[in-house]
Amino acid sequence: MNRSTIDLWVGLFVVAGLAGLLFLSLKVANLASFSTSNTYMVQANFLNIGGLKIRAPVKSAGVVVGRVTDIRFDTETYKAIVSINLESIYQFPRDTSAKILTSGILGEQYIGLEAGGDGVMLKQGDRIRLTQDAVVLENLISQFLFNKAAEGKGDEKK
Amino acid sequence: MALTALRARLERLGGLVTSMVWRLGYASRFLGYLVAHSGTAFRRFRLTVAEIYFAGVLSLIIILVSGLFVGMVLSLQGYETLQRFGASESLGVLVALSLVRELGPVVAGLLFASRAGSAITAEIGLMKATEQISAMEMMAVDPIARVVAPRFWGGVISMPLLAALFSAMGIFGGYLIAVPLIGVDSGAFWSQMQAAVDFSNDILNGVIKSVVFGVAVTWIAVFEGYDAPPTAEGVSHATTRTVVISSLAILALDFVLTALMFTGGNR
Repeated sequence: MNRSTIDLWVGLFVVAGLAGLLFLSLKVANLASFSTSNTYMVQANFLNIGGLKIRAPVKSAGVVVGRVTDIRFDTETYKAIVSINLESIYQFPRDTSAKILTSGILGEQYIGLEAGGDGVMLKQGDRIRLTQDAVVLENLISQFLFNKAAEGKGDEKK
Repeated sequence: MALTALRARLERLGGLVTSMVWRLGYASRFLGYLVAHSGTAFRRFRLTVAEIYFAGVLSLIIILVSGLFVGMVLSLQGYETLQRFGASESLGVLVALSLVRELGPVVAGLLFASRAGSAITAEIGLMKATEQISAMEMMAVDPIARVVAPRFWGGVISMPLLAALFSAMGIFGGYLIAVPLIGVDSGAFWSQMQAAVDFSNDILNGVIKSVVFGVAVTWIAVFEGYDAPPTAEGVSHATTRTVVISSLAILALDFVLTALMFTGGNR
């Protein structure tokens, strides 16, 4: 086999390898559809974030409008500070509320935004004031049991 | 009597450990020398290209076929488990994540070690046994720069490309089983995969793994070949050692890298 044929095969191999990488990054990781360049950051405080993780989606009306970029614990207020990167094409009013929701029963947790009616829009570095914490299953169950017990007592008295 | 036997045994053990450390030191110095003298491998890139052909292009068939089958098996097995929880749409996530993070680099590395690593060791060992290496030294040609460095860089360049092709082929194989055969929705297959697989966290880490494995496997292969006793038996032992040590090195390094990359759910 002479040299030029080897070069051709090696060239094909390198092209195929790079094409494989490109396939992985574009088709599998979907790198293209989510550009990180045009975003603005807002923060929200929660008493309990449940199982929320960094990179969790932020959705409004079910559409992904941003991602969670940072989760921190504030030792002064004892709250979690969640930083969110929102895409600049999506502007939200200043009185938007943020909820921690779960997709499905056992699915991943995400942040749901509900737009308010304020005329002023959220800017870089703003804080979302209206927040609703994650629902902790144990608390829910204990509340349910407590209510049941209270109901039972009420019945006996009658 | 018993004491002398015990002492002899202890001495043998000590000698074994010392010689192992000795060899490790020699191998590290060898790697340093190799990297420092790899100018020729890049100035005369033809030499490296020929080695990429031997290590990479000729490994393509085995890598692609294994990738296809591994992906298909993953898909079948994953479906068995996922459909019990009514989550068969997550099949794409399962196949893609396990291939990109683990199986792609590791299985491609193991195949590469047995397909290309053993060939490199045997080739260099035989060159040494037939005194071609000494002949080069006589002609004032540095055998490490002329023979070893192109093989090393050829392997290091080929390995990430092979791992990427393995993963891509595996995902294609998983798709073939999941969508046309089992009947998972094609849109859900891809969109769930795209939502779960992250570029820097999953794909880039997989590429880093494959580069590390490439360096480890080819380093072991060229060193074992260069260090082999110049006899038929020596070369055969060196070839065996290349496959065994590099397979163990891949699995151990994979554990270390995984522990570094994927621990801590909140990152």
